[in-house]
Amino acid sequence: MKPADNPALADDRVSPLWHAVPWLLAIAFYFMAAGYHSLGTSILVYILLTLSLDLALGYAGIITLGHAAFFGFGAYAAALFAIHVYSEPVTGIIVATVATGIFAALTGMLILHTQGVTLLMLTLAISILLAEWANRAHTITGGEDGLRVTMGYVLGLFRFDLWGRVAYLYALAVLFVWFLAAWSIVHSPFGRSLDGIRQSPARMRAIGTPVWWRLVAIYALSGAMAGTAGALSAQTTRFVGLNTLHVLISGIAVVMLVLGGTKRLYGAFIGATIYVVVQDIAAKINPFYWMFVIGGLLMATVMFLEGGLMEVLDIVRRRFRQLFARVKS
Amino acid sequence: MQTAVVILLDGLAYGMVLFIISVGLTVTMGLMRVVNLAHGAFAMAGGYVAAVLVGAGMPFFAALAVGTVAAGLLGGLSEIVIFRPLYRKGELAQVLMTFGMVFVTIAGLTFFFGTDIKRLPTPDYLSGLVDLGFRMYPAYRLFLIAVGALLAIGLWYLIEGSLYGARLRAAVDNPRMARAVGIDVNRLFTITFIGGCALAGFGGIIGADMLPLEPFYALRYLVPFLVIVAVGGNGSFKGSFVAAITLGVLDTAGKFLVPGIAPYLFFGLVFIILLLRPHGLWPAKGAG
Amino acid sequence: MSAAPGSALQVRGLSKNFGALAVAQSIDLDLAPGARMGLIGPNGAGKTTFINLLTGMLSPDAGSIHLNGEAIDRMKPEDRVRRGLARTHQINTLLNETNVRDNVAIAVAEREKIAWRTLRFRPQWRACLDEADERLREIGIAEVADRRVSELPYGRQRLLEIAIALALKPRVLLLDEPAAGVPSAESHIIHDVLDRLPKDIAILIIEHDMDVVFRFAKEITVLVQGRILTRGVPQQIAADPEVRAVYLGRSVK
Repeated sequence: MKPADNPALADDRVSPLWHAVPWLLAIAFYFMAAGYHSLGTSILVYILLTLSLDLALGYAGIITLGHAAFFGFGAYAAALFAIHVYSEPVTGIIVATVATGIFAALTGMLILHTQGVTLLMLTLAISILLAEWANRAHTITGGEDGLRVTMGYVLGLFRFDLWGRVAYLYALAVLFVWFLAAWSIVHSPFGRSLDGIRQSPARMRAIGTPVWWRLVAIYALSGAMAGTAGALSAQTTRFVGLNTLHVLISGIAVVMLVLGGTKRLYGAFIGATIYVVVQDIAAKINPFYWMFVIGGLLMATVMFLEGGLMEVLDIVRRRFRQLFARVKS
Repeated sequence: MQTAVVILLDGLAYGMVLFIISVGLTVTMGLMRVVNLAHGAFAMAGGYVAAVLVGAGMPFFAALAVGTVAAGLLGGLSEIVIFRPLYRKGELAQVLMTFGMVFVTIAGLTFFFGTDIKRLPTPDYLSGLVDLGFRMYPAYRLFLIAVGALLAIGLWYLIEGSLYGARLRAAVDNPRMARAVGIDVNRLFTITFIGGCALAGFGGIIGADMLPLEPFYALRYLVPFLVIVAVGGNGSFKGSFVAAITLGVLDTAGKFLVPGIAPYLFFGLVFIILLLRPHGLWPAKGAG
Repeated sequence: MSAAPGSALQVRGLSKNFGALAVAQSIDLDLAPGARMGLIGPNGAGKTTFINLLTGMLSPDAGSIHLNGEAIDRMKPEDRVRRGLARTHQINTLLNETNVRDNVAIAVAEREKIAWRTLRFRPQWRACLDEADERLREIGIAEVADRRVSELPYGRQRLLEIAIALALKPRVLLLDEPAAGVPSAESHIIHDVLDRLPKDIAILIIEHDMDVVFRFAKEITVLVQGRILTRGVPQQIAADPEVRAVYLGRSVK
């Protein structure tokens, strides 16, 4: 591919070595961060959630505040599957992912003929309705109390240990698989057409793109991915509660995405890490303090840092390259 | 039959409050084409200001006036500092910014007031019961219906009959043309935004009985406000009135008659309306 | 009602009302393959509305549209494009964040039906990029292929609109004021491109610039208040007193 192929897909200009960095860091974390593995796992879960939102919102331009519905759906699906059917985690993740994907496809078909504020409102509405239902259907969902889950051995071989080390590697593997999928989607003609739809649905219609179908497809994929994140959360913490369906999850996902930078898959890594760390620290001080910080971060990022922190990284990288070039000559 | 009347009255009162708060939102969204998810925060701001003042001994209607003005001023400040840079940044930036504002207001209000409901006592002479013939009914709710109706009529005259209204309608229909004939659209935006926020504050204060004041207010009622704008049609005064009243009555009726499935019935209806009319019942010109 | 064999576009009785306003009144139109028809009329005559009815952005209240003999009046806009109907827009509707080459390549990909793929696409996408380069060369904007659309001067953007429409290999091409907004210093590049459009495509051009219309069109239709006033070859239209009256503002009988 030519270098300046599409300025919008800036990741193309990154040399392959840089791609290994986040993964190496993640593996290093496993070995070095004793006692912090459950924190690490929650970072991985949130990276996956943020990635899913990047596909729908960052690339396809579907402005949604309803991704909590998919996170929670996946979480409850995985928990219920483990409790009532079969407690092996990988099977559970596959079932939960597919179920959430179907749910996302159905709701997408219902609402994606609208746009803008109407669409936004409908995504919120679906999320709230699902949370309502989960609250009422407490015989199934455990209601306010939630559900405790006991997981079986991963692939029948690996037990989730008490320190969360196996869970961490498990989550990392799942994230890696979805990351590969997201990467190939984004760099494919399908991904480009979604980017086109985001920029100008009218232009895409004028070249014969079946816009609605494409949007439903990516919404379903994004929902499935968010469902996986929820399932991971349920399986690794062995608990699922109503908070997984709360609109706050959608808000947090948006904050993480914007902080890291939209349309930069690795932005999800940065955004999620910062968020989880900040939240962990700030929540110890005051439960509502973190809401203030997050809201403030969101506003500040929109005001000053339109490309998120990945944009800052890009600027830094460019400066380094210029510096390097000058030093060489 | 008697229950039907009570449901209708309760629904009307609720709908009127929703209308008063939302009409500002639909006009600014139709006029400025700015998404403002934090609109409820202005209603809330007015409510909290009035609640504090009433708590400190100020009479209700004085606090109502001050709170309304405070909400309007807050709106003006926000327009200058936050919204002006957002106009050209696109829908996503507006959604994100105003969503962040919601978080900040929730956190801020929790810090100052805690998570409990902030009570706004209504004046004694309005808090009694009225004899409707077949049963007693809260006078305050009738007061809400009357205020809402009067305000609707007043706003109707303002929008349809006054020069300001004519300019506003022109700017909503076609901003470029409006500028071309000399209308200062930017100033119109600011005045309308302030007015919309003041109205929201007014609604937040008088509606505190039906929409209790607590830190999550802006988030809790975000969907109903957006439903009114989406179903009524962006920028449509008539649309927001019809949508608000309908929503109020249907929601109340649903909660009373079929409490288990009320939310689903309600949203089912909203989905169907939007399936048939994606741009609302009275779509903005150029849409639909 | 079936269409005459061999006609590229056949419109019969197309009508549309917005409330009390009749924006299209029983419009008839025929385009044979290779046609060059101009559509003129005063502002508000309903020319762009007519285009929107043809492309499917608006649905008619009455009438029929046949494209290459097939009835398309119930089809979604994207399906009409796939059947061979392309348009350019009066105001540039381009992917502003994307570069020029990709704007065309995406259209080629859509046409070749590979735009939905996420696997096994590399050689096909390469072919789309190559064809895009070819088309940019033909139109004359190959040197800006790598630049973002938002960086282009307005005239070049108008050319890109045309390049994308041509990349769809249409049978019928609707040009909505291709020279609109282009500074007169640059407008000759648009005129050159119009002259060199493929001879087998049926083209309907809306234009206000009478020089362009009279130079380009072999037949002209005059639209006033949604109704066809008259139709004929350019010399007839130029000499027609009714047409002059419409443009000079006197009332039409």
